[in-house]
Amino acid sequence: MNSIKKYLGFVWLALAAAAGYYLIISQAIPKFESDKPEDRIPAIIYAFILTPIIVGGLGVFGYYCLRGEYADDSKKQTL
Amino acid sequence: MNSVSNKKGLAGIIAASSVGTLIEWYDFYIFGSLAPVIATKFFPEGNPTLALLSTLATFAAGFVVRPFGALVFGRLGDLVGRKYTFLLTLVLMGLSTFLIGCVPAFETIGYLAPVLVLVLRLLQGLALGGEYGGAATYVAEHSPAHQRGFWTSWIQTTATVGLFLSLLVIISVKGMMNENAFADWGWRIPFWVSIIMVGISIVIRMRMHESPLFARAKAEGKVSANPLKESFGHRFNFKFVLLALFGATMGQGVIWYTGQFYALSFVQNTLWVDVSQASRLIMWALLFATPFFVFFGWLSDRIGRKWIMLLGMLIAVVCYRPIYSAMYNAGSVTQKQETDRSSSMQMAADLHHAGDSIRSTVTTYQYNDGTVMEETVKEKIHANPSMADSKKDIVRSRVVTLDEGSFRKLALLVFIQVIFVTMVYGPIAAFLVEMFPTRIRYTSMSLPYHIGNGIFGGLLPAIALFLTTKATQANEAAAKLGKELPYDKPYLEGLWYPILLAAVCFVIGALYINGKDRRIDD
Repeated sequence: MNSIKKYLGFVWLALAAAAGYYLIISQAIPKFESDKPEDRIPAIIYAFILTPIIVGGLGVFGYYCLRGEYADDSKKQTL
Repeated sequence: MNSVSNKKGLAGIIAASSVGTLIEWYDFYIFGSLAPVIATKFFPEGNPTLALLSTLATFAAGFVVRPFGALVFGRLGDLVGRKYTFLLTLVLMGLSTFLIGCVPAFETIGYLAPVLVLVLRLLQGLALGGEYGGAATYVAEHSPAHQRGFWTSWIQTTATVGLFLSLLVIISVKGMMNENAFADWGWRIPFWVSIIMVGISIVIRMRMHESPLFARAKAEGKVSANPLKESFGHRFNFKFVLLALFGATMGQGVIWYTGQFYALSFVQNTLWVDVSQASRLIMWALLFATPFFVFFGWLSDRIGRKWIMLLGMLIAVVCYRPIYSAMYNAGSVTQKQETDRSSSMQMAADLHHAGDSIRSTVTTYQYNDGTVMEETVKEKIHANPSMADSKKDIVRSRVVTLDEGSFRKLALLVFIQVIFVTMVYGPIAAFLVEMFPTRIRYTSMSLPYHIGNGIFGGLLPAIALFLTTKATQANEAAAKLGKELPYDKPYLEGLWYPILLAAVCFVIGALYINGKDRRIDD
């Protein structure tokens, strides 16, 4: 089980990259290019708030998985 | 001693905490429920700056500010205590809500009006970000370990009951006056009502004592000096913050928003059901489903929290498309047989452009099951024909009044979705509280909760609308070219967002969450 948890880290990293691509290319850029001024707020939120949270968060989660941080024998958060 | 042994005393603590949290949700929702009226008062159409401020009020308060509130008040709660922090969030929320009801309209004070509303809305979001974590932590730290899920589930009912209460107050106020009076000044009453409820809740909360676990930690000098750094700066705790987010609150957030908001939006925008009938439909579903929050909280004390939440996600992933397909079949007029039709037409002068006129055609359709649809087509007739613009000149609106049978079917289908919400949401407060130690609990649990709900959940309407629109446009383009339609049911495409996120969350939760540690006195 620990090996599965560890190597799924690659999947989470790939998902983080896919989410980043989707948020920037499909959501943020078309809204930045829109004629409507009110579209700029969602564009800024997608590009500078959501993307870092989703890509960064899921990316770090994947990285921790690859390091074995979530293995069954790893220490619990409540030391 | 980490719990209140006296059951009556504990019930009092739960009631005092829950009422405050309920009022905060009520305050937060009335703005959303009254958004169309608020828009006419503070953000009139046709002004780009006001449109920008309006979007900012919607997005910023829903997405950005709530997690910031979690950080600001979470830190405060771990430094000075739970009691004073969630007292502060209540005061902040109550005052902001009351003041929104007092702001003069745009036509009276100009741009100051929307700016004031925006600032107050941001304060609302900030307060909400701090409230939930405090209430959940406070109740959990008073509860006996074997009943923590049950007692904290009362806090979990508050978001749904707050939505219910906001709809109820708005419908009641609307019922007491005519439509013009409500649009003129009556919409302010639900905001003013809040100050009475907040006042009572403040008095109750002032009498409460600090959480026993926090009080002990403080007496022993074990309170964190820098909760933010300890929660998110140390890999040791941060990895559990990430796990709480991607293995629990992300899926919970999208299921919550799908069951309670997307369902309402689908009924109103896809099925074109009349606003008050759609609100009543949601209210019935919420009323019957709310006790299940407590049931699943109670059940989580017996069989564990993890699998109840994950099962809720899995069932939702599997059932969403069939449920929304059934909703479409039950409510859409395209699935009904037309039995009668009548039309009337009126011409009126366009008050904004001299010489132009507006032609309104109202067509009433009757269907075999008793459903009625009223379609209004407003067409602008230009005095100068070269000004005509077929895209802008014709505005079409449809309002459907469902028959009793279709209404009940839809209410049942929404009820089933709210049951999924109760499965994922009922046990989650106890689950999050048990993930983190006392010294950083408020901060650590608040952030994943508000990112999961505010960001992943809050994104749902925008992304679902994008997916649905894209599918509809692709079908229209294919139809024009005489090709086969790429999407069989374009109105279901928006569901891929909650389905995908809940599925990912299910896998992460199932594999990585241990869920066996129920100690919170650490």
